[in-house]
Amino acid sequence: MAETQEYRWPVPKMRGFAAEFYAYCKRHELRFQRCTNCNTWRHVPRDMCAKCGSFAWEWARSSGKGKLFSWTTAMQPMLPQFADLVPYSPVVVELEEGVRILSWLTDVADTDLRLDLPLEVVFDDVTPEVTLPKFRRAG
Amino acid sequence: MYALKDQACIVGVGETAYTRGSGKTDLVLMLEASMNAITDAGLSPHDIDGIIPPPLPSTAEHFAANLGVEDLRYAVTVHMGGASPVTSLQSAAMAVACGVAKNILVPLGWNGYSTMRVRDMGNKSKGNGGGGSGAPGALANTIGEYYLPYGANVPVQWYAWLATRHKELYGTPDEAMGSVAVTSRKHAQLNDKAYMQGRPLSMEDYLNARWVSKPFRLFDCCLETDGAAAVVVTSPERARDLKHDPVYISGIAEGHPYPADDIPARPDPFTIGLSFATPNALQMADVALKDLDFAEIYDCFTYVVLLQMEALGLCKRGEVGEYAQGDRFALDGELPLNTHGGLHSEAHVWGMNHIVEATHQLRHEAGARQVKDAQLGLVTGWGDFGDGSLAIMRR
Repeated sequence: MAETQEYRWPVPKMRGFAAEFYAYCKRHELRFQRCTNCNTWRHVPRDMCAKCGSFAWEWARSSGKGKLFSWTTAMQPMLPQFADLVPYSPVVVELEEGVRILSWLTDVADTDLRLDLPLEVVFDDVTPEVTLPKFRRAG
Repeated sequence: MYALKDQACIVGVGETAYTRGSGKTDLVLMLEASMNAITDAGLSPHDIDGIIPPPLPSTAEHFAANLGVEDLRYAVTVHMGGASPVTSLQSAAMAVACGVAKNILVPLGWNGYSTMRVRDMGNKSKGNGGGGSGAPGALANTIGEYYLPYGANVPVQWYAWLATRHKELYGTPDEAMGSVAVTSRKHAQLNDKAYMQGRPLSMEDYLNARWVSKPFRLFDCCLETDGAAAVVVTSPERARDLKHDPVYISGIAEGHPYPADDIPARPDPFTIGLSFATPNALQMADVALKDLDFAEIYDCFTYVVLLQMEALGLCKRGEVGEYAQGDRFALDGELPLNTHGGLHSEAHVWGMNHIVEATHQLRHEAGARQVKDAQLGLVTGWGDFGDGSLAIMRR
């Protein structure tokens, strides 16, 4: 975004775990919770490991590489801010670590979306406070 | 093991008119439907001693105070969005079977058009300004923190992630989705209460409609309407003294997808709440799918119906594209579907109208849309991020 232009779209509220998740994004690091007892990755963030019951976890760095799991292409705005942005595609990306995250693609046309398209994370500093992880085609 | 089988029954059903512009509050709509249901049962409001209202601002105590229920013995609310009505039947059946309460009112209603219009959310003059979803607690966090920044704030977008992947993997044709919309609209023509009565829909109309959020076109989406519906549940013993033959709750179960608060995280995206509920409800009722005379399947979006058909086991995973042929779902077909027109063509009252319709069918009072000699039917619920519920009902 050009710095002179105000970012008009919704930003995360960044409460609780989300504050930590997006703080790493601001440093251009994609990190997810990983159980330090059984090494299971998870997203969205939670208090305990659903696999082993441990409360011990860390923010582990993802490779940022993954593939396209699913998508929708929004043709009708469902918030006023998105009126001049349609069509746009909220996509589900599956990371190498197994977690999945909702995002946008930066360089793939809506009509070129395909299952398992190889992707890698990029970071979009949308405001001085907020950085959103997005994805582009991986080589 | 299945202590609830046939231990409770629906003895009264009621609805308001289904409109766009009710001019009434949600509570008044629900009170009117409730009075209709209580009268239909041959009861007085003072006979009600249990109330299960939906997860909306009006509580059981609001209902009790208005209806004159002086001794409210059971009040609970199910938080499963559109799956709440069917799941509430389970709660009502348990309370009746255990003797906690005798006559339980389950109301549902809202101004789904006048005050909750999704269609206006993207309109700068009418939209809600991006205040985000009215979704309940667990979902609100996921939506607000992780979906909303990417412009995904409503169900037509969330459920599309399930539909897109399923469609890409299994090649489901658009016409399978269309068969749900066209069938519902066809049945609505025989229903005087249906909002879409008098407005037929062809497959061509369906396919030519504008996109909302791919793969959903306009007629993949259900209606937005104002209105309310309600039912009264009691025991088979008390039902003997009431006006109508009882409609038994033979099998009933709820189910939740895992995890319920995030759609992308599901290990298997097509294992939905109904996947868990189905075997429990069928075993409780001790019936097989082939025994069913009709199915009222929660139809917020066409593909959600298709996913539920697979979860029910009506066809195998990935085969619903072949299974979902319109003539199969006709009133004289193999499995008549959404005989009243459903959320697509009658009204959107969170599927409470599906329960009302199943009751009419099993009482053999559905008039022109009556399924011949209907003895057994199912009603499903779907809500939030894929919560599910299933009721097997018999006369």
